[in-house]
Amino acid sequence: MKQVKTTMAGNVWKIQVAAGDEVKVGQEVVILESMKMEIPISAEEEGIVDEISVEEGSFVNEEDVLLTLKTK
Amino acid sequence: MKLDRKWEERVKEIEKGGLEKYHEANESKGKMFVRKRLSLLFDQGEWREDGKFANGEAEGLPADGVVTAIGKVQGKTVCVMANDSTVKAGSWGAKTVEKIIRIQETAEKMKVPLFYLVDSAGARITDQIEMFPGRRGAGRIFYNQVKLSGMIPQVCLLFGPSAAGGAYIPAFCDVVMMVDGNASMYLGSPRMAEMVIGEKVSLEEMGGAKMHCSISGCGDILVKSEEEAIQRAKDYISYFPSNYEMKTDVKPKQSPIHQEKKLQDIIPENQNAAFDMFDLINGLIDEGSFFEMKALFAKELITGFARMDGKAVGIIANQPKQKGGVLFHDSADKAARFITLCDAYHIPLLFLADVPGFMIGTRVEKAGIIRHGAKMISAMSEATVPKISVVVRKAYGAGLYAMAGPAFEPDCCIALPSAQIAVMGPEAAVNAVYANKIQSLPEEERPAFIQEKRKEYQENIDIYRLASELIVDAIVPADELREELVDRFEMYESKDQMFSSRKHPVYPV
Repeated sequence: MKQVKTTMAGNVWKIQVAAGDEVKVGQEVVILESMKMEIPISAEEEGIVDEISVEEGSFVNEEDVLLTLKTK
Repeated sequence: MKLDRKWEERVKEIEKGGLEKYHEANESKGKMFVRKRLSLLFDQGEWREDGKFANGEAEGLPADGVVTAIGKVQGKTVCVMANDSTVKAGSWGAKTVEKIIRIQETAEKMKVPLFYLVDSAGARITDQIEMFPGRRGAGRIFYNQVKLSGMIPQVCLLFGPSAAGGAYIPAFCDVVMMVDGNASMYLGSPRMAEMVIGEKVSLEEMGGAKMHCSISGCGDILVKSEEEAIQRAKDYISYFPSNYEMKTDVKPKQSPIHQEKKLQDIIPENQNAAFDMFDLINGLIDEGSFFEMKALFAKELITGFARMDGKAVGIIANQPKQKGGVLFHDSADKAARFITLCDAYHIPLLFLADVPGFMIGTRVEKAGIIRHGAKMISAMSEATVPKISVVVRKAYGAGLYAMAGPAFEPDCCIALPSAQIAVMGPEAAVNAVYANKIQSLPEEERPAFIQEKRKEYQENIDIYRLASELIVDAIVPADELREELVDRFEMYESKDQMFSSRKHPVYPV
């Protein structure tokens, strides 16, 4: 199971994928809002979205898990 | 004649290095023999060697496990110390240490760069009294490194382990290249960690090349092979003079790489949206001239060498694509180090600011972001090389200061028309100033009020207004920026400034 984690603290602004979606390396999966900036979070590995662990609007800290990917 | 034959035999024996089984073990890991490494590093594979016969009377210690050499790299004289891991795992005996100290002394006297090709298990404990504690023991190597720092470039190529005390060789060098899978740095091995503190951990996880180049920041450049490490070291040194009294050689001019989009179209109008700062950098510098330092570490700040019209320049740029370009403790640390490196060797500095400020929150406060930020501002303030700050988009709060804002004596502060300089962005500022007022309004009236105040704020910090107040020295469109910078750096070459005559500051660390 691969995890996509946040790079910094902030609010989840937009979730750009849904469970079951195929994700490529470098694809933006979530956009955080932090320090008044849009912070795109990209997947570092490819896979299929298994579970999304956050909701839009929720606070996340650095290194929190946003979603998990399973192998294709 | 008899004597000559003896000489030949002895030399041949020494140049073979350690036992065949150790050569085979190295080969299976993709590691080259030390003399092969040197032949790739030096022009025409030639060098002059001191202390080849060191410990020649002892059994199985050819050259005492280290080659110390002087030769040419790209036509320039360079000194090298290179561990031989086929001899007692490259460990340091008394003669090994003496040879390393001597090549440092040679490099100091000749005022030439010193390369450390490290592949060593550390101290030879059986020889400790002779090699560890004394005046010319291993400690002297580090003392010399500190003394040489900023006088001559010190480059570390890490091919294998650098363990315990030996791990300080890379730490005192200007730059560290690490070969993925083979290079490692650690004070105590995983075996020792398990025995002494009970931690079970792999070498890769605790002190591997990837970890050091992306998390600890002890490594600068992660490479796949030893050949690549040697090539990168040659590329790196081309941005440097031989010593602090000289200046970097000028290379032939190149145009920037051709890009589809014009530079002004690369920068999004929405201050809060991300874009790739590399697209702007590529549009400013000579094609293919970027040499990035710490590419994998604190990616929200880009540091690297480049050439503009053939002349070396050090670039410090916020990367809005990573963590919004916000400055963190690690990015401030990375910047401080890079600025000091450029300033020591007369490499002009170019700051490209697009920064929402320093990160806030518990995590970063606990990590000491204030003292790390102070370190960056201190290094930037003290730099006396030609220094240009360009406000690309936003420069908010202490972000403006850290990126060589007007108060920090850049030789000029240039704003792009998209620049926005303020204590904070309009959204945050309106909330901060009018929080009570907004609360007191009926809910339906709030958006209009906020909108109006933001507009007022925008007008107040309009970049032409700031130029009229002489806060920025020039406003230059993105597509004319390269020409502007090339001209200015050329005209600033005569800059010769001394920051202060005091001994040294009390460094924030």
